[in-house]
Amino acid sequence: MFNEFALEHAWLIPLLPAISFVIIGMVTRSYGKLSAAIAVSMSTISFLLAVGVTLAVVAGNITVDAPFVQKLSWFHIGSVNISMGVLIDPLTAMMLMVVTTVSMLVQIYSCGYMEGDPGYGRFFAFLSLFAGSMLGLVLAVNFLQMYFFWELVGLCSYLLIGFYYYKISAREAAKKAFMTTRVGDFGLLLGILLLQLTFGTLDFMELQQLVPIYVMHGGAGFLTIIALLLFVGPIGKSGQFPLHVWLPDAMEGPTPVSALIHAATMVVAGVYLVGRAFFLFSQLPAVMTVIAWLGGFTAIFAASIAITQRPIKRILAYSTISQLGYMMLALGVGSLTSSFFHLMTHAFFKAMLFLSAGAVMHAMAEEADIFKMGGLRKKMPVTFAAMTIGVLAISGIPPFAGFFSKDEILAAAAQVSPALYILATITAFMTAFYMARLLFVAFMGQPANQEAYDHAHEVGWFMRVPLIVLSVLSVVSGIWAHMAGFDDWVRFGVPAHEGMNLMIAGTSTLLAVIALALAWKVYVAKSWNADALAEKWGVLYQLSFHKFYIDEIYAALIKFFVDGIAKVLYWIDVHIVDGIVNALGGLVRAVSEMLSPAENGQVQSYAGVYLFGVIVLLAYGVYYASKLMAMLGGAF
Amino acid sequence: MSIGLTHYLLLAAMLFAIGMFGVLSKRNIIAVLMGIELMLNAVNINLVAFNRFMPVHDLTGQLMALFAIVVGVAEVAIGIALAFRIYRDRNTINVDELNRMKG
Repeated sequence: MFNEFALEHAWLIPLLPAISFVIIGMVTRSYGKLSAAIAVSMSTISFLLAVGVTLAVVAGNITVDAPFVQKLSWFHIGSVNISMGVLIDPLTAMMLMVVTTVSMLVQIYSCGYMEGDPGYGRFFAFLSLFAGSMLGLVLAVNFLQMYFFWELVGLCSYLLIGFYYYKISAREAAKKAFMTTRVGDFGLLLGILLLQLTFGTLDFMELQQLVPIYVMHGGAGFLTIIALLLFVGPIGKSGQFPLHVWLPDAMEGPTPVSALIHAATMVVAGVYLVGRAFFLFSQLPAVMTVIAWLGGFTAIFAASIAITQRPIKRILAYSTISQLGYMMLALGVGSLTSSFFHLMTHAFFKAMLFLSAGAVMHAMAEEADIFKMGGLRKKMPVTFAAMTIGVLAISGIPPFAGFFSKDEILAAAAQVSPALYILATITAFMTAFYMARLLFVAFMGQPANQEAYDHAHEVGWFMRVPLIVLSVLSVVSGIWAHMAGFDDWVRFGVPAHEGMNLMIAGTSTLLAVIALALAWKVYVAKSWNADALAEKWGVLYQLSFHKFYIDEIYAALIKFFVDGIAKVLYWIDVHIVDGIVNALGGLVRAVSEMLSPAENGQVQSYAGVYLFGVIVLLAYGVYYASKLMAMLGGAF
Repeated sequence: MSIGLTHYLLLAAMLFAIGMFGVLSKRNIIAVLMGIELMLNAVNINLVAFNRFMPVHDLTGQLMALFAIVVGVAEVAIGIALAFRIYRDRNTINVDELNRMKG
């Protein structure tokens, strides 16, 4: 009963947080607690509706092949009809669950985390809008609706990353995020326009019918360009190389925002877009290869940076980039199922890792460097437990969630390309190592800073409950989904029944354990000196520590191009544009100066000129008098 | 030789030219006003002469001349009053020095 209601009213899911944004923004903003209550209750209702939708999808006959669609006409331009609506299939249902769960928990967490912040109400308004935009994106029925919410998500990320707008670094990070993703959005918009031109529709269901026919008749040629342009959007939004640079800086926002961005509402939008348009991408082997290799490269590239970073959130940010690379890799090798499986488990454990990091920083008076923490496990047992579960989950240790999803990706990669499989396995090894490093350095050993350590304390219940819930999800979501037949449910084409490849699972688990042991040896037992290792690997360490100098390269390129173009344009502006205007002004001035002596204030000279004029006119009249007479026909 | 229309017109033209010369060349504002008066009267002579020699049955031209004389009187009254004010204000009636409207 409720399920049917939820399915019919799925449009309420994004609308409720949006309403909460409006109410908080316009009315209750200055009442922090009330705003928080509104935001949390709205997102809880959204969550319940999402549960209802999911149950209805499971119970009903809604599958990937036969989705539930509701739509209304949005606007017409000429003969183009664009509608807005709700498209629900298992993919959507899963995303709805992930987004509403994480955003609800993050909002509850924020009640504690943002305590005492002057922007308390504003923060909840933005969080609500963020969740609403992402939910609207997930439910989109066509590319334009998706693009609309895609941009809203970008706007919200800008507002939230720059939440502490009085900090210069936050402002800069917000601008960087907005502009970097904008580069990607430009490609996406071009792709969407080309799709409209090619097919005359942007509707997912219609395109799903049209694309295979087009490919069958006309080949893939032009469609490859469209798909590549479309994929530029996800590159920007999902932090793939080379547009990943905004994501590590996005931690300038409050930590709950980082959790939201990294887990549920921002970066997975790119993965979701590729998944939603998989009927298009899967037809184009060339594009799939690009996606797979770009994903694989991003995964190992970001992992190699994460190994040497020191701020806790920066390590997590690079691990997100790396895991997103994993998801893209999975999509590229054609396994939608494993990609979205990983998206789900990653959302849970990454949200939890960020929230734990937030708890740690909250307790340590905003200290971010893990090497200045140390020994926190005694002071913060709940956070320590949550962090440990998160680390085990992301490292792929059974039976935690990450093991199952990562294993499916590895298996899918191994079927397509051994090279990609090896790349992904090495990445998994590195992931386990740097996550263990984070955990061991921050929580084990002796306190590095006694004063901060004494100040540290376990967090309050508002922050503890989401951690516990997410811990449970991080443990069970993998095995539960695996048992419940996730691959039957979220899939593209025929479901892949493979079961577990023991060889691959065993290898990856073994490597993860070795990585954990290695990290233990270096950072807890200190059998090897970390600094000496860094010294030994000199160049590589420097490259990794400085993030391969990507930011510096971009800065130099931008300086060169932008400043160069600016110089040329400045010259044109000063000498040509201004020159024309000044020349006109000068002309007017010169003519006036020539004429102004005539106006000398002497009435007599005016009268003289007048007389002269009369004489000229008279002369003219006399000269032409004969003609005039002739014309009048001799009347006089 | 009888006196015809041409003679009157010539007289009026000469009078007009003399008045015009006075208006354009005199520096004394009173003299300028007198020149204007001459020009007006030249026109009056024209009106009366046309009325006499052209086939006009009523006294249109003479009425016009009378009207112009009245206007001329008013003009002189205002003109001299203005000249008087200007003299009080600037202490001069030399039109060369009255060039405040210069651009």
